[in-house]
Amino acid sequence: MPAPVASSPPATAAVFQARGLTKTYHVGEIDIQALRGVDLDLFEGEFIVLLGPSGSGKSTLLNILGGLDVPTAGTVRYKDHNLTEYDEAALTRYRRDHVGFVFQFYNLIPSLTARENVALVTDIARDPMPPAEALRLVGLGERLDHFPSQLSGGEQQRVAIARAVAKRPQVLLCDEPTGALDVHTGIVVLEAIEKVNRELGTATAVITHNAVIAKMADRVIALSDGRIATEHRNDTKTAARELEW
Amino acid sequence: MILAALHRKLTRDLWSMKGQALAIALVMASGIATFILSAATMASLQQTMDTYYDRHGFADVFAQLKRAPNRLAQRIAEIPGVAQLDTRVVVNVNLDVEDLAEPALGRIISVPESHEPWINGLYLREGRYIEPNRRGEVLVSEAFAKVHGLVPGDTVRAVINGRRDVLRIVGIALSPEYVYQIRPGDILPDDKRFGVFWMSERELAPAFDMEGAFNDVSLILEPGASEAEVIRRLDALLDPYGGLGAYGRADHPSHQFVSNELRELRGMAVIAPLIFLLVAAFLLNVVFTRLISTQREQIAALKAFGYSNWQVGWHYMQMVLVIAIVGAIIGTGLGTWMGRGLAVMYTRFFHFPILAFSLPPRVVVTAIGISMGAGSIGTLTAVRRAAILPPAQAMRPEPPANFKPTILERLGLQRLVSPAARTILRELERRPLKAAISCFGIAMAAAVLVVGSFMKDSVDYVLDLQFRRAQRETMTVTLNEPISGRAVREMLHLPGVLSAEAFRSVPARLRHGHSTRRVGVTAIEPGAQLFRVMDIHGGLVEFDRGGLYLSTKLGDILGAGPGDLVTLEVLESERPVVQLPVSGLIDDFSGLSAYMRLDALHRLMGEQDRVSGAYLAADDARTDRLYTELKNMPAVAGVALKKATVESFNKVIAENLMRMRAANVIFAVIIAFGVVYNSARISLAERSRELATLRVIGFTRAEVASILMGELAVLTLIAIPLGLALGYTLSAAVIASVDSELFRIPIVVNRTTYGFAALVVILAAVVSGLVVIRRIAHLDLIEVLKTRG
Ligand SMILES: Nc1ncnc2c1ncn2[C@@H]1O[C@H](COP(=O)(O)OP(=O)(O)OP(=O)(O)O)[C@@H](O)[C@H]1O
Ligand SMILES: [Mg+2]
Repeated sequence: MPAPVASSPPATAAVFQARGLTKTYHVGEIDIQALRGVDLDLFEGEFIVLLGPSGSGKSTLLNILGGLDVPTAGTVRYKDHNLTEYDEAALTRYRRDHVGFVFQFYNLIPSLTARENVALVTDIARDPMPPAEALRLVGLGERLDHFPSQLSGGEQQRVAIARAVAKRPQVLLCDEPTGALDVHTGIVVLEAIEKVNRELGTATAVITHNAVIAKMADRVIALSDGRIATEHRNDTKTAARELEW
Repeated sequence: MILAALHRKLTRDLWSMKGQALAIALVMASGIATFILSAATMASLQQTMDTYYDRHGFADVFAQLKRAPNRLAQRIAEIPGVAQLDTRVVVNVNLDVEDLAEPALGRIISVPESHEPWINGLYLREGRYIEPNRRGEVLVSEAFAKVHGLVPGDTVRAVINGRRDVLRIVGIALSPEYVYQIRPGDILPDDKRFGVFWMSERELAPAFDMEGAFNDVSLILEPGASEAEVIRRLDALLDPYGGLGAYGRADHPSHQFVSNELRELRGMAVIAPLIFLLVAAFLLNVVFTRLISTQREQIAALKAFGYSNWQVGWHYMQMVLVIAIVGAIIGTGLGTWMGRGLAVMYTRFFHFPILAFSLPPRVVVTAIGISMGAGSIGTLTAVRRAAILPPAQAMRPEPPANFKPTILERLGLQRLVSPAARTILRELERRPLKAAISCFGIAMAAAVLVVGSFMKDSVDYVLDLQFRRAQRETMTVTLNEPISGRAVREMLHLPGVLSAEAFRSVPARLRHGHSTRRVGVTAIEPGAQLFRVMDIHGGLVEFDRGGLYLSTKLGDILGAGPGDLVTLEVLESERPVVQLPVSGLIDDFSGLSAYMRLDALHRLMGEQDRVSGAYLAADDARTDRLYTELKNMPAVAGVALKKATVESFNKVIAENLMRMRAANVIFAVIIAFGVVYNSARISLAERSRELATLRVIGFTRAEVASILMGELAVLTLIAIPLGLALGYTLSAAVIASVDSELFRIPIVVNRTTYGFAALVVILAAVVSGLVVIRRIAHLDLIEVLKTRG
């Protein structure tokens, strides 16, 4: 039964505060402006969706928030810390302790089982949940000892989510988590993300090309040509299992 | 911190590349084995030698002379720096051994009756020491006893000062002076025809008119004494008594060979392992560069989750180190096994009380260090790339390869080649560096095969040159005293003698500038037909001038070249001292030789027609009677058969070389397979997606295989000639490293060796090809297309 959920009010504490982010890539003679001045806040427990055409800078923005990349100019604050002042080692610590990533192409380690892929992260985390528990959270409690090649695309993506949430991260960043999946599997994966956001209160950002998914979000941000084009708040959030596309 | 999951990845990744990893580990093992073999054998030999010399009082300075009264000993003892000395009577006699037709040379050394000698002491292997007042009791050297099956209680007949006498063996002994037991002037041992005996001084001296006199002296020096200074003073004391020039351990015939062996082992401990480990490092580089580029996205994920650059780099470095350690372990085992074999072989020509192979822990530690070092160096760039790979970048797929039409196509000739051939050409042209690297690897394999096998060619060449083309005599007869040349002409009448050529040889000292060297000068008739002097290139030395002809090595030592004047001090008869020009340098293959014309030597000696011996050519069928006659001639001091030298050469050197060669060839084959197999596997891995796609769109297995095999074939064919040339260059380096005063081997590589090297590489390519073709058959089309490229 469709049951609209009240959108969370803007939480008091901002997890991220990005100001004036620009990113320029130099490819041979040409400069590519991937970001041209982005200001963005993400609040505790908030679920945002990033939309925008291909090449608009979504992945670039997410990578910078996640400490995978550094902006050419501008600042990013994570809670009390200025990420833009971090060196390589500090960024590594930041990623290890606070960030959960889910990639479009799963990026599982093919030589490790589902459980071991999750353990890869819990091995170095401060307060992780047991790998099996993380996998049960995404409905893969029965497939712990299967290798990625023995899992379907959706199952692999769910392992990737389990891997991202097992460390109980403060932020969960997902780059097109359903890009390679069919509707049904896509919804299963989104449910897993939704559950983590709700149950662990993890601030969550999801990139997608699928506007339908935006209905799940507290807030929807559309990028275009390296800038934030539009931004709107959903009055009600639709549960993942109610989505249709 | 225990990174359980990352460790699993490590073990599984290694397991999935086990074939390649093992191939590399084996190449490393080859290098480590040669290192252990040389380094441990060197350590064992050095240790054994040092202990033996020390326990048995091997002297520091030696001198032979004609005859000096015993009271001179007191004056020698007063030379500053002399700690102990021993004077002896040493004589050479003809032996008549039952199981030998030809005469053998016996060297009898006097020892005190009352106690064993303190300097150059004996190690009694069997039996007992001589007892006072028992006639004819002797100790015999173990090497001679062994070949003739002599045991205490047996007797040997000797011609002592023209009189037949019986030597009664009471014990079998070893001496630090005869670790390498060779007849004076020889370079190879001939245990059958040369034996050393120790006899009571009281009995020996009178028989040679040496009562109250000596003709041999050995000194042990005080620590810190100047050897050169002692030698100078000793020479001055001995000169009036027919001194033949004192010398230190460095010029002692036995010690020289042992230390030469040590030097060669030291060279071997560097060169061979270096080549193998370079190849291993190279293979690791190729394999890990490839591995890390396929794992780009895994690396990105690891970093995104907070693994540090250091952890990621260490992860890959551990894989390298596992391979290196496996290589080191296999290599150590193999090297130890080979080392034991080598030690056993050494006991056949180095006579130590015991020669035990030991493996010092520091050698093992060094080996493991070297192997890990080679691995790390080889993979440093690849691992570094993994460590510093920016994660955001690695998330993005690698840009598609940049294909261009090949030269062939730009020239519009594509119609001439099949589509498969075009693909091969494009691939090679697209990534010339990768092609060049694979090519170099395969060339390296061919090169190592050449290096591993060419020694035999060189040695065969030397044998043929020296003993068939240059020296055509059957035997060399040496006389007790220089006598008139008539004696040689009379030898022509001995049974079976076809021709005879006289020679005169004198002990001498050569000086040039500050350098001085004791040598034997051999003078022969110019235009001799039996004993001819040739350089290693087969050039005949004509002796058309009256000066000295020196080994190039001797010239180097003296710093003298053609035209330079050198001082020749003859240490015999009237002991003339003259200035002579160097008439020529001879690139010969062994020893330090000095030659001149017979007439020129006669002139400077102020004598007419004196000879020291003769080279004889004899009829093989009648040698037995000839030997009997020679044994009974009092003037004859010894007979050296060329056949025996060749035999000994074959036994000692050739056999040694053959074993080395077998080992080298095995290692080279390992390299060849390691390299070719790895190149083939990497090509397959890099292109499996493309090949699977071709299969999906309807290419047959054979067509797909031919693309990959064609590439391998082209690379192999280009690599072979390069490798053979590289092999020749490396062989020259190896040859240079064994160059010594004792041996200088020319570099000769036969066509069969090149052929063999090429064949093995082709075989390795074919076998590797078959393995890869099997893998193409099992290519999982779905799997390949499912994953992102
Ligand atoms: N490493 C890089 N080098 C050069 N250009 C880059 C690099 N990464 C991104 N770009 C460029 O920056 C721009 C933004 O890229 P980004 O990946 O952020 O886009 P996106 O919005 O995620 O697109 P998509 O929806 O296709 O994933 C693009 O034009 C892209 O080509
Ligand atoms: Mg993107």
